[in-house]
Amino acid sequence: MYTQSFTVPDGAAKPNDRPNFGAVLSPEQQAALDAAQIKFDAVIDADGKIEPKDWMPEAYRKTLVRQISQHAHSEIVGMLPEGNWISRAPSLKRKAILIAKVQDEGGHGLYLYSAAETLGTSRDQMLDALHTGKAKYSSIFNYPTLTWADVGVIGWLVDGAAIMNQIPLCRCSYGPYARAMIRVCKEESFHQRQGYEALLAMMKGTQAQKDMVQDAVNRWWWKCLAMFGPPDTDSPNSVQGMRWGIKRISNDELRQKFVDATVPQAQILGVTLPDPDLKWNAERGHHDYGPIDWDEFWATVNGDGPCNKERLATRVKAHKDGQWVRDAAMAYAQKKSARHSAQKVAA
Amino acid sequence: MTQDNLTMKEWPLWEVFVRSKQGIEHKHCGSLHAADAQQALHMARDVYTRRQEGVSIWVIPSASITASDPQDKDTLFEPARDKVYRHPGFFVLPDEVGHM
Repeated sequence: MYTQSFTVPDGAAKPNDRPNFGAVLSPEQQAALDAAQIKFDAVIDADGKIEPKDWMPEAYRKTLVRQISQHAHSEIVGMLPEGNWISRAPSLKRKAILIAKVQDEGGHGLYLYSAAETLGTSRDQMLDALHTGKAKYSSIFNYPTLTWADVGVIGWLVDGAAIMNQIPLCRCSYGPYARAMIRVCKEESFHQRQGYEALLAMMKGTQAQKDMVQDAVNRWWWKCLAMFGPPDTDSPNSVQGMRWGIKRISNDELRQKFVDATVPQAQILGVTLPDPDLKWNAERGHHDYGPIDWDEFWATVNGDGPCNKERLATRVKAHKDGQWVRDAAMAYAQKKSARHSAQKVAA
Repeated sequence: MTQDNLTMKEWPLWEVFVRSKQGIEHKHCGSLHAADAQQALHMARDVYTRRQEGVSIWVIPSASITASDPQDKDTLFEPARDKVYRHPGFFVLPDEVGHM
């Protein structure tokens, strides 16, 4: 579903199993490290790919673990606001579509957790960081889905914003992340189109249905613009991300692309985007838009959004409730393999 | 249950290979955690073939794969670089010969 192109500090550094040279290096170690760094820089400069077993600077590894795991967390937390509507979908067709979409999000989480695991962090460590509140996920999921129109708007706008962010990540310098993103992007287009089509159907309905769509657009529009992360002037980490080929296009540039792409879609749909300053600027060749409320955004990132506690509590409960299933499957597998080897010995 | 126990009990990792259609080889498409091979197959089907991406799946414990070390890249693969005569384009033939 998501990513926001910025990542926020998680609070705790993740342990990793790579050799640590420590503070004091022998001249030989220092020379080896310098040579490895030069090789790494050359690959990055040539727009090449880094693979799991290649040498990489610790800061590159840490940045990727943080970004990919936050991205994975966002996928599985993103299942919750829409999952709320599966039992209340207006028809069997919409229900089947929504189940498929929510299942996709779970799959996206899996692709991304797998990519992060290649960097030497375990699935349990990552889930633990999410469940204890150490790791962040996209703030967009800390807002409630009040009506059925919210489900359509999430597909159209939230997934639309995510696609803008994710397409450049398909060219990320880290191979497993880039490959995961290619798979995600292939599925994401279905998410956006099903949302937009659900809204089109409502806009052909009663006045109450049309009002419902407009209300959902009003509530989600600004939050989607904030998904692209702070303005470029306030994103000090972006420069390093660009240098490493992890980030390809700046927050403001992506946000502008999203606004320009969405305005004509809103016109066809027949809704108004809730921004009095939104207008075409012929000189720039882009739409101008009004100021984003960053205080509200940061308050939500830091835990004070309307649904932060509920989302995390639901996640933790699901994980705890599933523990006996994971234990039972493991115990069964061990028993089966023990019996199998006993039979072999007997024979 | 302590965190240590949880970590020890993490389901093993499996690599998934999918054949997209008859006549095409199985291709690596990702990995997943599962308690045993049967479960890994079921999960691979749910995760990697929801849109008719495959007609056959292999799952292999990731721990069973022996991989070459990136450090050995030059030793292993460099010697092939100066043997361009292994490629058909190395040989220049008269035009009259036509396709060969």
